[in-house]
Amino acid sequence: MCVGVPAKVIKKKDYTALVDVMGTRMEVGILFVPEVQTGEYVIVHAGQGMSIVDRDFARASINEWEKMAHANVI
Amino acid sequence: MQTLFEPADPQVAKELAEKVNRLADRCREKTGELPAFMEVCGSHTMALARTGVKLILKGHVRMISGPGCPVCVTDQKQIDAMIELAESEERIVCTFGDMMRVPGSKRSLLSAKTEGRDVRIVYSPLDAVRIAEENPDKEVVFLGVGFETTVPVLAAALQLANEKQVANFSMWTQAKLVQPVLRTLLSVKKVKINGFLLPGHVSIVLGAKAYQFLVDDYRMPGVISGFEPVEMLSAIYQLLQMTLEGRPAILNNYKSVVRTDGNEAARNMMFRYFEPADAAWRGMGIIPQSGLAIRREYSRFDAKKKFHIHVGQPKKTRCRCGDMICGLAAPDECILFGKACTPLHPVGPCMVSTEGSCAAHYAYLREEG
Ligand code: SF4
Ligand code: SF4
Repeated sequence: MCVGVPAKVIKKKDYTALVDVMGTRMEVGILFVPEVQTGEYVIVHAGQGMSIVDRDFARASINEWEKMAHANVI
Repeated sequence: MQTLFEPADPQVAKELAEKVNRLADRCREKTGELPAFMEVCGSHTMALARTGVKLILKGHVRMISGPGCPVCVTDQKQIDAMIELAESEERIVCTFGDMMRVPGSKRSLLSAKTEGRDVRIVYSPLDAVRIAEENPDKEVVFLGVGFETTVPVLAAALQLANEKQVANFSMWTQAKLVQPVLRTLLSVKKVKINGFLLPGHVSIVLGAKAYQFLVDDYRMPGVISGFEPVEMLSAIYQLLQMTLEGRPAILNNYKSVVRTDGNEAARNMMFRYFEPADAAWRGMGIIPQSGLAIRREYSRFDAKKKFHIHVGQPKKTRCRCGDMICGLAAPDECILFGKACTPLHPVGPCMVSTEGSCAAHYAYLREEG
């Protein structure tokens, strides 16, 4: 049901934005993420951006997972 | 869904899986039982099966599907009512694609469409408002099922219809809330699990802190996770660690999209148009205050009030979707699984929904026999 797809914001309007989803351009609502900036990624569900993807957290998570993978488990 | 920034090293998932299994074995030695975690979200059910994670963990960790697919948890009587709505030539019924093939007592929305009824799949409920504007001589009804991820979007459509005064638009909603059903599983159904793999999408709206009750009231750990193998495996790793240490907490392993406080704008929109109400869940009956109904101020957009749809009590089938969504049975424990019930001829919604546990099991985990 809520297949959240990441979309890159190309152009922002008032309540909508033009986004790129894996090469396809479309219009999505930004009612719930009004602060989104051009160039940022949003998670889109049912035509509305629901969350802005935080790249710093994404990188930090990857580091954390790598650490976990290399941890010693007896 | 994909991660935006793939970890550079593909070995990571493999190594993590080994660590998870070793930790799990330690858990088992300690408690004498396989550690069992419930994935609340249907997208996790599908992702665990499709990516092979569930298979890798087999014999070490038991992953149990929960009530997180809105299609699977929708009460049979409600499905019948939605199909009944489509019977009138005066109406255009719009819905998300997932609802089309769900079998009602007599037929599905898809078969109603093949027989000439106007049933349309839309990508967003806002599209249904537009269809209503374009068809002023018809009543347009949007069938909205969903959890907290979807309800704010339903609310946005109500707002649009309200602003534009679209009088021929209404919504038949089956909106459900995650917290009450988890409480019911733990306190009434007493499902035996060691923790929860918490949904990535619903949590965008709710925020990580919405799950603290699991720890405070049930001493249950929970980890919010994304849908890639590394994301799910690291979340399961954290669940195992907490189980071993006996120190439950709610962890957010999906910080790149889920914030501690969730999305307040979305929650505000949801409660502007909806209010808590009792709701019927397939196989679980009515759970008090576990759903959302359109607020009385907006009842002109409430298809349940606008149209008088009456359907009888559905006949009992042998489908065990009710047990499936409570984590009380696995798909292959249903005698219809793979025989009378297949994705081509589904008997219950768990076989229809793209996130249903029976569909996931049929596609990826079925033993050829
Ligand atoms: S409604 Fe969303 S969060 Fe819930 S199961 Fe479906 S995809 Fe997961
Ligand atoms: S296999 Fe089919 S009949 Fe059995 S529980 Fe799943 S959906 Fe229902």
